[in-house]
Amino acid sequence: MNRFAALLDRLAYEPRRNGKIRLIADYFRHEPDPERGWALAAMTGALTFRHAKAGLIRELIAERTDPVLFALSYDYVGDLSETVALMWPAPHGRNDMAAPPLSVIVDAFSTMGRSELPAVLASLLDRLDETGRWALLKLITGSLRIGVSARLAKTAVASLGTLTPDEVELVWPGLAPPYEELFAWAEGRGERPQTDDPAPFRPVMLAHAIEDADFAALDPADFRAEWKWDGIRVQAVRAAGADGRHVTRLYSRTGEDISPAFPDLAEALGFDGALDGELLILREGRVQSFNVLQQRLNRKAVSPKLIAEFPAHIRAYDLLIEAGEDLRDLPFTTRRARLEALAAAHPGMRFDLSPLVPFASWEELAAARADPASHGAGADAEAVEGVMLKRADSPYLPGRPKGPWWKWKRDPHTVDAVLMYAQRGHGKRSSFYSDYTFGVWAPDGELVPVGKAYFGFTDAELAEIDRFVRRNTVNRFGPVREVTHTPEEGLVMEVAFEGLARSTRHRSGLAMRFPRIARLRWDKPPGEADRLETLERMLGAPEDASRPAARRAR
Amino acid sequence: MRPEELLHSTPQGLYSPVGDFHVDPTRPVKRAIVTHGHSDHARAGHGAVLATRETLDIMAIRYGDDFAGSTQALPYGERIEVNGVGVTLHPAGHILGSAQVALDYKGCRIVVSGDYKPGTDPTCAPFEPVACDVFISEATFGLPVFRHPDPAEETRKLLDSLALFPERAHLVGAYALGKAQRVIALARAGGHERPIYVHGAMERLTAYYAAQGIALGEVRLAREAKPADLAGAIIVCPPSAMTDLWARKFPDPVTAFASGWMRIRARARQHGVELPLIISDHADWDDLQDAVLATGCSELWVTHGQEDALVHWALLAGLRARPLHMVGYGEEEAETGADVAVEPSAPERLV
Ligand SMILES: [Zn+2]
Ligand SMILES: [Zn+2]
Repeated sequence: MNRFAALLDRLAYEPRRNGKIRLIADYFRHEPDPERGWALAAMTGALTFRHAKAGLIRELIAERTDPVLFALSYDYVGDLSETVALMWPAPHGRNDMAAPPLSVIVDAFSTMGRSELPAVLASLLDRLDETGRWALLKLITGSLRIGVSARLAKTAVASLGTLTPDEVELVWPGLAPPYEELFAWAEGRGERPQTDDPAPFRPVMLAHAIEDADFAALDPADFRAEWKWDGIRVQAVRAAGADGRHVTRLYSRTGEDISPAFPDLAEALGFDGALDGELLILREGRVQSFNVLQQRLNRKAVSPKLIAEFPAHIRAYDLLIEAGEDLRDLPFTTRRARLEALAAAHPGMRFDLSPLVPFASWEELAAARADPASHGAGADAEAVEGVMLKRADSPYLPGRPKGPWWKWKRDPHTVDAVLMYAQRGHGKRSSFYSDYTFGVWAPDGELVPVGKAYFGFTDAELAEIDRFVRRNTVNRFGPVREVTHTPEEGLVMEVAFEGLARSTRHRSGLAMRFPRIARLRWDKPPGEADRLETLERMLGAPEDASRPAARRAR
Repeated sequence: MRPEELLHSTPQGLYSPVGDFHVDPTRPVKRAIVTHGHSDHARAGHGAVLATRETLDIMAIRYGDDFAGSTQALPYGERIEVNGVGVTLHPAGHILGSAQVALDYKGCRIVVSGDYKPGTDPTCAPFEPVACDVFISEATFGLPVFRHPDPAEETRKLLDSLALFPERAHLVGAYALGKAQRVIALARAGGHERPIYVHGAMERLTAYYAAQGIALGEVRLAREAKPADLAGAIIVCPPSAMTDLWARKFPDPVTAFASGWMRIRARARQHGVELPLIISDHADWDDLQDAVLATGCSELWVTHGQEDALVHWALLAGLRARPLHMVGYGEEEAETGADVAVEPSAPERLV
């Protein structure tokens, strides 16, 4: 456990994706089975622990330390798990007992009764080092944040040999901790694990963003277009298991099983096969904004009330499997025809077809993209993010192959905002102020922060902003600098973003989706930047905000 | 006699009315005894300075040869009298030349420990407990959350990272005097044989350490290096340089920071550190207790740091104890532990 804890500790500080993958792979290379498998389970969220409450941890430390020293320490450190991990008195001075492996800890926590928890936890803490105690306390209080996704951990497994992450993803649903056969396969020592999961995930096909310059080389006649919906890309799979019972699963784009969050959808899938589509909330046949979907995602417990209030729905793009037949090598148009026939055979189900958008030239498609409402999307136009272009002859390929599929997003919204705070970046950018918090003018004449952006600018622009920040600092808070932002003096940034949502976390009451710096407006005095009312107008749909559910959205 | 008659705190620092001298005064005074060369303890402009040879040399490097009216070097363990007060210097184990100042007068013994750490450090003489009636200690890391790990293990983290990311420069923030040279010596002890690069601000001090016979291996100036030399190299620089323009010449660096403060995650994160190395030149919580008890003192005075916690412990341990609430100390630690704010001058100034 101490070595796994050291890895978690290192990961928590490593900002780079590739750096994280190498650290995890290095750990896998040096840690034997089954310990590394349990570590993989912990990182992919496959472990279920009996959780301990903060109160228990306080009791344990109170039995072992002076209350004044504990209070001074907790006050200084500011985090309970960390304070306890650092203060915990190792028995007999320094710790020389063998540290318990993760497998022993997992076993202890999954089998013990509630009354045994204090004694078991205390004896584990006695045998771990500071970092080990920190990681254990974070794990069992459910507050471990290390910035590692399941996908990243699987990518690290793949990197042990010559597998691709998608290959690991394919066998993953049939595997269980401690994953010995998976490691053997990844290291070239064993066969591909046999998955007996009847409803596995198939790696999804993704599109490249199209640039204006790309169109010249493309013939409109080779492509089909459909709306790009602003929801969650999902794969819905249903199949009969060996026992004849049907298994239904809903996967995220990265292969995460999200069925438990959408039991209503899983139940409603009435045929065997695998669909690629967009998960949306529909009310009275109308697609709701991403904002509304977000409200359902934010809720931990899935109650019948939530399901009734936020009915989930799949708008289907593609059909990968039908009744056991793999369609992925067939051309898009053939798959599309099979999908249309399937939808026609199952009317009234919780899925429908994402319609094709007719066009004969790129100009016609541009017109549809600019105004989806009058080109078929009708009342749902607000949930359209842009259009997808798919070659009529394209097979369904895993990953993001360049050429067959393109996404052509609608022009983003922009607003002129004023730079308020700048924070130093990481890695290559650690000596640059590269993360920006910007604001717009509130009715009271004050600037109110509306978002944070850390990309969209060129290296030359970054250097200019950095110089501005260093020369116009009015306050410092650790790595953050507050810069001059009066109506007369300051830096105006044109910020582009994909959408707006109400948010109680932000003082402005709104949150931006994907904000980025579109342009620097050195020419513009901050007093002429946009006002909060402008953003409020863009947000529109005030009825969403007045619903009790919306107010609870985080 | 009451110990306060031999030594007490004043706004300038600790002062002996009998001996008419200050210890580590924070402002220019007539006569000063200086424990070690860190800038919060050793200031320029005193009339006369008494210190170890190494401390005097370090002060001359930092402030110029005329940093005081007159100087007197006193070797460890040798006793002299200043206006009738016995003065002896003992190793403090903090940095090269660092000393504890033992005063004796009419049977009363007071030890001013300055900054100190027990344990091994290849760059200086080891800390030596000195019997006394009153022990004066700092408490920078005076909370039970501070238990410094083995510095060799921390160094291993740095060397492991070099092995895992051999194409990236490893930028290690370390205080220019003492910590920088210790990090270099630790890397050597850990088996790192490649040249180590340093920032211009630590060039002369590092050369001085080497001239005193401390094995640092091949040390080069970072500003003279070609980018290709720096892949997989250790570059030691003052913490403030990690965030200014100086750091930009290194391609995709791993930023490490060697400090006792790195024990606290929020502190490390606040600095954007990617590889915190818990390497401290100060006593940790256990060290402080051991050091106090080893002197056999009946009274503990705490100069600065986490005074409340250390005084609380001492009272529970049956000692008389009180905080002195002295200001002006711990600033070099503050630079290591806090932001670049201590250096508000133009960040555009290069190397
Ligand atoms: Zn010092
Ligand atoms: Zn000091």
